[in-house]
Amino acid sequence: MLEDKDRIFTNLYGLGEKGLSGARKRGDWDGTAAIIAKGRDWIIDEMKKSGLRGRGGAGFPTGLKWSFMPKDSGGRPHYLVVNADESEPGTCKDREIMRHDPQKLIEGCLIASFAMGAHVCYIYVRGEFIREREALQAAVDEAYAAGLLGKNAAGSGWDFDLYVHHGAGAYICGEETALLESLEGKKGMPRLKPPFPANMGLYGAPTTVNNVESIAVAPTILRRGADWFAGLGRPNNTGTKIFSISGHVNRPCNVEEEMGISLRELIDKHAGGVRGGWDNLLAVIPGGSSVPMIPKAVCDDILMDFDSLKAAQTGLGTAAVIVMDKSTDLIKAIARISAFYKHESCGQCTPCREGTGWMWRMMEHMASGEATIAEIDMLLDVTKRVEGHTICALGDAAAWPIQGLMRHFRHVVEERIVSHQGGHAQVAAE
Amino acid sequence: MSVRRLAANQPDSFEFTPENAEWANGQIAKYPMGRQASAIIPLFWRAQKQAGGWLPEPAIRYVADLLGMDYIRALEVATFYTMFNLQPVGEHFVQLCGTTPCWLRGADELKEVCRKHIGPEGQVSADGKFSWLEVECLGACANAPMVQINDDFYEDLDIARFEKVLDGLRAGREMTPGPQNGRHSSEPLGPLTSLTSIPTSSGESK
Amino acid sequence: MPKVTVDGIEVEVEAGATLLQACEAAGVEIPRFCYHERLSIAGNCRMCLVEVEKSPKPVASCAMPAADGAIVRTTTEQVKRAREGVMEFLLINHPLDCPICDQGGECDLQDQAMGYGTDGSRYRENKRAVEEKYMGPLVKTVMTRCIQCTRCIRFATEVAGTPEIGAIGRGEDMEITTYLEHTLTSELSANVVDLCPVGALTFRPFAFTARPWELRKTESVDVMDAVGSNIRVDTRGSEVMRILPRLNEDVNEEWISDKTRFVWDGLKTQRLDRPYIRENGKLREASWGEAFAAIAAKLKGAKGERIGAIVGDLAAAEEMKALKDLWGKLGSANIDCRQDGAKQGGERSTYLFNTTIAGIEQADAILIIGADPRREAPVLNARIRKRYRMGGLKVGVIGPRHDMTYPYEHLGAGTQTLKELAGGAGFAEALKAAKKAIIILGEGAVARKDGAAILAATVALAKATGAEFNMLHTAASRVGGLDLGLVPGASGRDVAGIVEGASKGEIDVVYLLGADEIDMDRLGSAFVIYQGTHGDAGAHRADVILPGAAYTEKSGLYVSTEGRVQRGQRAAFPPGDAREDWAILRALSDALGVTLPYDKIEQLREAIAAEAPHFAEIDMIVAAGALPDLPAGELDAAAFETPVKDFYLTNPIARASKVMAECSAQVATTKRVQAAE
Repeated sequence: MLEDKDRIFTNLYGLGEKGLSGARKRGDWDGTAAIIAKGRDWIIDEMKKSGLRGRGGAGFPTGLKWSFMPKDSGGRPHYLVVNADESEPGTCKDREIMRHDPQKLIEGCLIASFAMGAHVCYIYVRGEFIREREALQAAVDEAYAAGLLGKNAAGSGWDFDLYVHHGAGAYICGEETALLESLEGKKGMPRLKPPFPANMGLYGAPTTVNNVESIAVAPTILRRGADWFAGLGRPNNTGTKIFSISGHVNRPCNVEEEMGISLRELIDKHAGGVRGGWDNLLAVIPGGSSVPMIPKAVCDDILMDFDSLKAAQTGLGTAAVIVMDKSTDLIKAIARISAFYKHESCGQCTPCREGTGWMWRMMEHMASGEATIAEIDMLLDVTKRVEGHTICALGDAAAWPIQGLMRHFRHVVEERIVSHQGGHAQVAAE
Repeated sequence: MSVRRLAANQPDSFEFTPENAEWANGQIAKYPMGRQASAIIPLFWRAQKQAGGWLPEPAIRYVADLLGMDYIRALEVATFYTMFNLQPVGEHFVQLCGTTPCWLRGADELKEVCRKHIGPEGQVSADGKFSWLEVECLGACANAPMVQINDDFYEDLDIARFEKVLDGLRAGREMTPGPQNGRHSSEPLGPLTSLTSIPTSSGESK
Repeated sequence: MPKVTVDGIEVEVEAGATLLQACEAAGVEIPRFCYHERLSIAGNCRMCLVEVEKSPKPVASCAMPAADGAIVRTTTEQVKRAREGVMEFLLINHPLDCPICDQGGECDLQDQAMGYGTDGSRYRENKRAVEEKYMGPLVKTVMTRCIQCTRCIRFATEVAGTPEIGAIGRGEDMEITTYLEHTLTSELSANVVDLCPVGALTFRPFAFTARPWELRKTESVDVMDAVGSNIRVDTRGSEVMRILPRLNEDVNEEWISDKTRFVWDGLKTQRLDRPYIRENGKLREASWGEAFAAIAAKLKGAKGERIGAIVGDLAAAEEMKALKDLWGKLGSANIDCRQDGAKQGGERSTYLFNTTIAGIEQADAILIIGADPRREAPVLNARIRKRYRMGGLKVGVIGPRHDMTYPYEHLGAGTQTLKELAGGAGFAEALKAAKKAIIILGEGAVARKDGAAILAATVALAKATGAEFNMLHTAASRVGGLDLGLVPGASGRDVAGIVEGASKGEIDVVYLLGADEIDMDRLGSAFVIYQGTHGDAGAHRADVILPGAAYTEKSGLYVSTEGRVQRGQRAAFPPGDAREDWAILRALSDALGVTLPYDKIEQLREAIAAEAPHFAEIDMIVAAGALPDLPAGELDAAAFETPVKDFYLTNPIARASKVMAECSAQVATTKRVQAAE
C-alpha cells in the first residue's frame, strides 16, 4: 500500500489548509523556476523516464506526447489545453484536484507549457463543475496575484497566461479534438486525424491536450525525480494514480494509490469492501463506463494497471472502479450505459449516430427479455460494426461494455430471454 | 435524448445587463483576436443565468451578434450542449444523475421523489419553484447518488435526505450542498484510509 | 509524388492527394456520400472505408492523405463488411418511401444500397421520424430521409458564402435546418438539392411532376445572365420539366443560379403563341401573313433614318445577325443591342471579361467598380469566393455596399474614388503590387450617361496599374450583339436616340427584338413591332406581335461575358404558331421584298462566321487584342448602382414565372424582417 509520503495529492479531500499558502506548505511551487531553468529537453526527458502514462483514459506516454510539439512552428503560437471535461461515468478524480489541489494543476500547466513552448494554456472544465470552476479560477487569480502566472511566471523568465474555460454538457468534449472544436466556439464534434493536434490543434496551431491528473502530477515528478515515480508500480505502469471507487462498496471514495495495486486490496482497504463481502461481488467495471466489465473470478486477483487489465480484455481507462454486487441487474446496468452513449453521441459519423441508438434499444430488449437468443449475436455483430469504424473512440466505448457483458454473462442474458418466453427458448422468432 | 426544441413562448428581446456586458468583454479578451467565437459557451451560460435559467431565442441572436457569428452556428451550439435549457426551468432546477454509478446506488428512487414532490420530468411545478430532468453522469460518482440543483451538487443522497433538501429549498431555506451523509468530500465515510499523516486545516492529523 | 498501390495497381498521385483520389486514379471506385470534391472533407459518412496495410482499423479514404508506399485494399472481407455495415446503419432510419420520393431513380443511397448493401434489414425498432424544415419556395425538405452527410451545410457555408444551413441537436437527433426555418437567401441555394445524395432536399417546384427516366435530356446554355452557364434541359413531350447544371470547369463548374434553374415555369405562361395585330387600340389574333402585311405597310418604302431596331437581352446571334442584315437592306443605321444604353462597343478587349471566369482563380487583387457580381452573375461570384477561400486575395469595391459573400475593402461609392485611384492612391497600389490584378467593371456603370467616360477611366486605370480589364455583362445577348456590330452605324441612332426620336415623332417604326426593358411610354405614336416570347412590356405596347422562340426552343449561338461562344440546343418546340426568331426575320424580309440570303440556319451561321470568325469556335474563347486608349470624358459624381434591382425578375421569362415571383416576394419579406430586427 502506498505510503502518505509518496502521495502526490496530499489535499485530495480538501481537509488541509485552503488557498495558495496551504498549497505552498504542502510543497507546491517549490523551486518551480529552478525546474524550468533545467530546460525543455531535461523536463521532457525526465517525464519520459518517469514512465507517466496519460491519466485521461488512453494511457499514452505523457513525455512522448510533449515531445511531439514542433520545435519551430514558424511563428505560430503553441498551446497547452488541459482536459478537465471529466465526464466518463464512474470518474470523479479531476474534480477533487480542481477544487482541493488546484495549485498542483496550475504549476503543472506552467511547467508543461514551458516544455512545449506554449505561452498560453486553457483549462477546459466540464460545464456541470460550476463550483469546481470557481475554485480553480480563484486559485488561478491567487497565482496571478502572487506572480506565479503572467509575465515572468514564478520568476522563471517564461511569460505564461492561464485561462479557465468551460463546456456546457457534452461528454464528447472529453475527446481531445472535440474539446478543441468546443473551445473554438463550435459544436464538440471530433476532428479527422491526421492532422493531429500537435501540428494543427487549437486555432490551427500546435497544441497538446493533457488530462488534469497528468499535468498535476508533473511538478512533483520533476521535483522528486523520475526515478522516484518510476519506482512505484511496475515497468510501463509506473507511479501513483487516483482511483474513483463507486457502486456497491461500503465506503465509496477517491483515493490515490500505487499503480498495480490489486483490485481487491483497493476495494477492501479504502472502500470498506464490497457490500455484503467480497463473495457478494458479481462484477466490476474497472476503468470507467467505456471499458468492458470483468466478473468476480477475474477480480479476485487482478492488478489495477494498464497492462494487467488489458490482458484481461478490459482496461484501466480512468481508473474509475464501478463495483456491482450480486443484487445487480447487469443487463440493466449496461443498458443504462448504452443509453448514456446514445445520449452523448455527437451525431457526426454514421456508425455511432445510428449504432448507439440501435444498440441501446436492443439492450433494453435484452434487459426486459423481449428478444431472441439469435439477437444476442446480432447485437454483438452490430457492436463490431460500430467498433473501429468511427471518427473517434466513442463508438468503441459504446460497443465495449456490451461486448464485456456478453463475454462474461451471456448466460444471464439468455436466461432472461428464456424466462421471458416462459421457459422456451425461441431461437428463431423471426 | 429527445429532440430539443426552442420554447414556443419567447421574450421579444434580450440584452446583457451592463455588468454582464462588461463581464462578457472580459471573457472575449481571453481568446486571441478574431477568435472571439470561443467565448460563446461562457456567454450563453451567462445569458441563461440572466434570463432565469434558460436560454431564450433572442439571447442566441444577441450573443451571436456580439461575437460576430452566424445565427445558425450559434443555434448549433445552443442545441448541442445539453446544459443550455431551451425551455424555462423552475427556480430550483434539479438535474438528477441517472447513469449507472448513481443508478447502482438508488437513482431510480430519487426519480420517484422528483415525480412525487415536483411532478412530471421536464415540467415546471405549478408554484414555479422546481423542475427536474434526468441527466447523464455529473462526475461525482464516489458520492452517488447525487443531484445538481442550480449550481450546486447534493451528494450521498437517499430518499429521506433528498426530500429534506427539496423541502428546505421549497421553504426558502439555505441548504448546505455537498455530501448529505456527514462526510466532507469524497474521502471514505468514517476513518481515513490515506493521508492520515498529513496535517488537516485544523492542524491535527487524522 | 507519392506512389500508392491500390488492389495491386501502383499509381502515382499528386502530393497532398487523398487515398480516395489515389483509388480513383487506379480506376477503383470508392462509394461515398459525404465526400464531394468541391466541398471540404467531412469524413462523416464512413462509406469510403478501405483497408490500409499496417493500419489496424479501416481508414476513411476521403480524409486520409496518400502516403508514399501505402498499400490499399478495397476488395477484402473487412472492406466489404465495413461498407455493408455503414449501408445498414444509413438505412435503419431511412424510410423506404422510394416509390414516392422525387430522388427515386437518381439517388446515391438507392444506387449504393444496390451495389454495397445486403438484401435485408435486421432492424426491428421503429424508424426515426424527423419534422420537415421549411427552407423556402425552392428547396423542399423531407428530413426523415436525411443521412446527415452535411453536404448542404458545407455548400452554403463554403461555396455560396451564405452560412445559413446547420445541424442542430446531436446524436441521432441531429437535424439539418436553417435558423428558425428562415428561407435560404443565396442565389445559388438549390445547388444543395443536386448535392443531396438522398431525397431529403428536392426541388419544390418540381415535386411529384416527373420521374427522371421519363425525361429527355438536352444539353444547352443558360441565358439568364451573361455567364453562359452550361445546363441540361429535361423535357417530357414538348414541356420543359426542369433545368439542371451541366459540368463545365471553365464556366459554371457544376453550379447554376436559382433563376437559371427555376425559370422554367415562366416558359409556360404569358406566352405569345400566335401573331397579333392592334386594331382600334386592341390586339387581335392574326395570321403570319396578316402580320407581315401590316408590317410591310409601314416599313416598305420607309426612310432608313425614320425606323429603329432595339435588341433585348436574351437574343441569340442568329436573329441578331438577321435583324442587322434586314436593317441594312432597309437602309437604316438605327440599330442597337444595348437596351440599357450601355456605352460599349469598339475594341473587343473593352467589353469582354478578359481574365476569363476560370482565370479569376489566379487573381490576387480584384477591384470591382459599379457591379454587384453576387446578383448580376451569381456563378461568377462563386468563383471569386472560391478564390477568396484559397487565401491571399484583396478585394476592393467602388459602388454600393452589398453582401458579396466575401470580405472587401469598400473604397467609395462613385466616380470620385475612381479618380483617386487614377491618381495612384490607395487600392491602386494593391493592384500594382499584385501578381495578377483584375478590374471588374459593372454593366450598370457603363449604362450611365457618363458610361463612356467611366469605361475610359477604368481602362486607363487598368493600363496604369497593369491590371486586367473585365466587363461584367448582365445580358446573355450583349457580347454576341457587340461582336456582330449591332450598334448604330454612322449618324445612326442608339437606343436613347431611337426612343427620343419616337417620342418626338422623328421615328415612325420601332422594331423590338425581345426588348422589354426600355421605357415603352416614350415611344410616342411610333408603329411598334414586337418580336418575342412573352406578353411583357414590349408586347403590351406593340402594334404587331411576332411570336418567337424562347432559348429552350431554338438552336442558337450565345457569346458569354468572357467571350466564349456556346451553342444552345432546342429541347422543346415553340408553342402554337411561334417560330424560331431568325426564321421569322427571314420570312419578314421576303414579305418586305428584301430577301435575306440564307434559307437554312447553317447558311446563316456561315454568314455570321464570315463576319466574325470566332463564332465558328464553339465552346472556345478567342482572346481579344490589347486594350486601346479611350478618350477621357467628364465623370458624373453620382454613386454607382447595380442594374439588377431584383435578381429574380430580370427578364420577360423570369417575370412570367410564378416561382421567381415567389422568390422575389420572399426576399422582400426577409429584408423587411431584417430591417425590423
